[in-house]
Amino acid sequence: MKKHLIQAVAIVLLLGLAPLANAAGIRNGVVKIGVLTDMSGVYSAIGGKGSVVAAKMAVADFGGKVLGKPIEVLSADHQNKPDIASAKARDWADTDHVDMIIDLLNSGCGLAVQKIGAEKKVIIINTGAGATALTNEQCSPYGIHYVYDTYALPKVAASSIVKHGGKTWFFLTADYAFGHSLEENTAAFVKADGGKILGQVLHPLSTSDFSSYLLQAQASKAKVIGLANAGGDFINAVKQAREFGIVKGGQTIAGLLVFLTDVKSLGLEAAQGMEFATAFYWDRNKASREWSKRYFAKTGAMPTMDQAGVYSGTMNYLKAIKAAGTDDPDAVMKAFRAMKINDFFAVNGHLRRDGTMVHDMFLVKVKKPSESKGPWDLLKIVRQVPGDQAFMPMSQGNCPLVKGKK
Amino acid sequence: MENSLNKKLLVVLLLIGLGAPFVVYPVFLMQLYCFALFACAFNLLLGYTGLLSFGHAAFFGGAAYITGYLVKNAGFTPEMGILAGTLAAAAMGFVFGILTIRRQGIYFAMITLALAQVVYFVALKAPFTGGEDGLQNVPRGKLLGLVNLGRTYHLAGKSLELNLYYFVFAIFCAGFWLLYRTINSPFGQVIKAIRENEPRAVSLGYRVERIKLLAFVISAALSGTAGATKTLVFQLASLTDVSWHTSGDVVLMTLLGGLGTVAGPVMGAFTVVSLQTGLSSIGSWVTVVIGAIFVICVLLFRRGFVGELSRIIKKVFEGDLPSEDSGRIQGRQEGKQAPGPGAASG
Amino acid sequence: MNFFTRMVLAQMMLGLNNGAFYAILSLGLAVIFGQLNIINFAHGAFYMLGAFVALLGYTSLSVLPGLAGFHMNYWEALLIAPLVVGLLGMLIERTMIRHLYKLGNLYGLLLTFGIALIIQGLFTNYFNVSGTSYNAMPDILRGTVNLGFMRFPTYRLWSIIISLGVCLGTWLIVERTKLGSYLRAGTENADLVQAFGVNVPLMISLTYGFGVGLAAFAGVVAAPIYSVSPIMGEEMIITVFAVVVIGGMGSIMGAIITGLCLGMLEGLTKVIYPPAANTVIFFMMIVVLLVKPTGLFGKDQYGE
Repeated sequence: MKKHLIQAVAIVLLLGLAPLANAAGIRNGVVKIGVLTDMSGVYSAIGGKGSVVAAKMAVADFGGKVLGKPIEVLSADHQNKPDIASAKARDWADTDHVDMIIDLLNSGCGLAVQKIGAEKKVIIINTGAGATALTNEQCSPYGIHYVYDTYALPKVAASSIVKHGGKTWFFLTADYAFGHSLEENTAAFVKADGGKILGQVLHPLSTSDFSSYLLQAQASKAKVIGLANAGGDFINAVKQAREFGIVKGGQTIAGLLVFLTDVKSLGLEAAQGMEFATAFYWDRNKASREWSKRYFAKTGAMPTMDQAGVYSGTMNYLKAIKAAGTDDPDAVMKAFRAMKINDFFAVNGHLRRDGTMVHDMFLVKVKKPSESKGPWDLLKIVRQVPGDQAFMPMSQGNCPLVKGKK
Repeated sequence: MENSLNKKLLVVLLLIGLGAPFVVYPVFLMQLYCFALFACAFNLLLGYTGLLSFGHAAFFGGAAYITGYLVKNAGFTPEMGILAGTLAAAAMGFVFGILTIRRQGIYFAMITLALAQVVYFVALKAPFTGGEDGLQNVPRGKLLGLVNLGRTYHLAGKSLELNLYYFVFAIFCAGFWLLYRTINSPFGQVIKAIRENEPRAVSLGYRVERIKLLAFVISAALSGTAGATKTLVFQLASLTDVSWHTSGDVVLMTLLGGLGTVAGPVMGAFTVVSLQTGLSSIGSWVTVVIGAIFVICVLLFRRGFVGELSRIIKKVFEGDLPSEDSGRIQGRQEGKQAPGPGAASG
Repeated sequence: MNFFTRMVLAQMMLGLNNGAFYAILSLGLAVIFGQLNIINFAHGAFYMLGAFVALLGYTSLSVLPGLAGFHMNYWEALLIAPLVVGLLGMLIERTMIRHLYKLGNLYGLLLTFGIALIIQGLFTNYFNVSGTSYNAMPDILRGTVNLGFMRFPTYRLWSIIISLGVCLGTWLIVERTKLGSYLRAGTENADLVQAFGVNVPLMISLTYGFGVGLAAFAGVVAAPIYSVSPIMGEEMIITVFAVVVIGGMGSIMGAIITGLCLGMLEGLTKVIYPPAANTVIFFMMIVVLLVKPTGLFGKDQYGE
């Protein structure tokens, strides 16, 4: 066996020295985009099949070809499990030669896949995951954090809530990277604005019964119950808070990451008056309405900021390939960083060295049932916050790529 | 005659294993080996000792976490990490064994399941496991401090992680050989005797509980080796490794391949992992397919691939059908000797 | 009443709520085990199915021809879901489980495990695992009740009461009626009961149907509290297994009492040391196994 092993290794070593494929142009004659998302879990309504539709729309709108070569969209379900996500990403990179992976949704998966992307030189565009670690200690030269992060969301929303009298907070936090990061950042802003944190309780991802956590929140007498979770968990927590009469008792529920579909499934009756931060709302202007209506025709639902981000991310990735004249990841990233990103989704966007796509964020408020004119007329925009005020300045971050440059 | 045939077959298989990464995606192959070893270790308990553990994911995943932690944070070399994971799984197996070994049949299954659930919650809550995110970014390190296991060779447009592949293949072969020796040792004969007729083994003077405990610990330890190796392959230990679905999968692999056969679990593992990978695009239909295979196996195909095959071969060559009882799992000794509906099932 | 006592009482009430579900599910497992001598791994899946029958009956039946505008309300669901699921259970018993009685009871466990995967996989394909809310809660059960130490949702109070009622009713049927005496006799000696002219195979089918019907009933009761999700049974079943091991199989009253007590123990843990709340039942199980291996209410003959 030993002999065989040595022989095999020798052959491989020889062949391994053969020059790699030419870097210019499209490698393998095709650009492959992988949409890796939660198809059936707590976040499936936020991304899921809608994200795949969005990516395919972007490819079709781009003309189906880039630099004369076809574009292919693959998709897979990571089931919110980092092991499945990273195995799939590895498989895509090694056997399918996927050039870019988008969506991710779920920070655990996002971090795992970004690591693989850095190792295998695959561009990772995170539209769904929120953890700031993606652009800080775990930043990658091939990682893009496209839509929102757990710094920008509370920066926009929490200070507004504190200013309106929500001085004392209690957190219900999803017990994984994203939840911890969201809670930590929110707490910092609340304290900076003169608020106080009275306590927190961690719950597992995908919890069906929040009653005992809510009782603790109720007993804390905090003015604001901050929900550092998302998707199905957020919806369940809000519904059960109503069941226990928490809002009637004078406490406010603050969702720290709320997607359009969450508001839709809670209903205006339950969600009205809630303020939160978002990167995108379909009814913001003409361009966003036009695109969203096309999306609606295909899926039967208005897009979330994640799904809109998948479209915009895919579209701008293809533009970057065109600008670079190759799909070589280093060249594409360079072109991406040089671009101004302005479309129906991103306002005043540009890609930073640490991977953050900085763009304007919006503070929105859920409409009262009486204000709503249609089934998807759910939010009104309170304020537009410029990107450099919403996102963490690079000087505060700790991305090694940035430090290396300075 | 059969022996020399087996030897030739083994050499051929070994050669195939050595050449396989040039044809098939190596990470997939390594995954196969890890689960095949896991299933073989499990088979020692289910197929040869007749005990159905529904909590073997605890050893597989527990070792995965411990190896991952030690390699990532304590600077262990990969082989030391795997050794530590194996020992930890053996220790866990000992604790589980002491709590469960006196029970049989469904009680044994349910208690192992519940104990494994405790391990699951520890993995979810303990500070060093990373909770839902899992233990990520485990380095592959250098074997004996010399050979870089993370090295990727580029060959005809493929990226091959050959160092790691041969390391994993060697571990699989060693584990398989160890189990094979165990089964064919006097100890192996005794555990089979216990499976067939425990009271008789007791009356022959065997200390049945101790022997079963030893089988349990060996099985747990090698399951741990499999889990530890998997951590290095995927550079990640996660909750999936300790979840009861993994326990269920390994039962299916063993059952499908053939209980109490040497090669069965390997074939079962290859089939199940290939199915899961091949069908991953159809989402949760995979669960349906796995469930359906379970049902079909239990209803119609209880001997599994290898069991049915060897039965057919025996039938053709010797005209002799082995009795229905061979390879059966233990369970009838539990509680009532003749279950009530037995008479009514005709 | 000081703050801590109120907190404890409040969490105990919530625990009792969970405990009522544990009780009803472990009761079903005990009834099935008593007759069929198998552990029904698919119990959680049937619990989930019950909730889905209620949900789909409310939202989706109206698309069927002849049922336009029909929405099965909560009270109807309480009756219909257990019947539908019970019949499905009987079908499964007759076509599949029946063939395994001659083999060891582990095959029953494996078969029902496979069935659970099939049912769960099918529903995961079509429904979000984070749950769909069931909105058919009757108005009379909305709102909260003031219990002195807390405002408790009326529906949860109702769910505790109805679950306990069903548990006691089952106990009465099995222990105090003629039908129950056949059942118990069938457990002891099926041949003899058959010789007395009782149709034992039918009785066994009915028992299985009844057991899984109980699970479905619990599913309907749980639907308005938790979201209806394909994995709601999976989360429940393993805890219920631990409950069954602690209580010891074969005792109906044992299953009920253990379920309730463990639910409250869980609630209590949430006040004292929240991170352990998920595991306390399993630790309890280990302690019981060390002290009394047959379970708290188990008879020796079932254990060893």
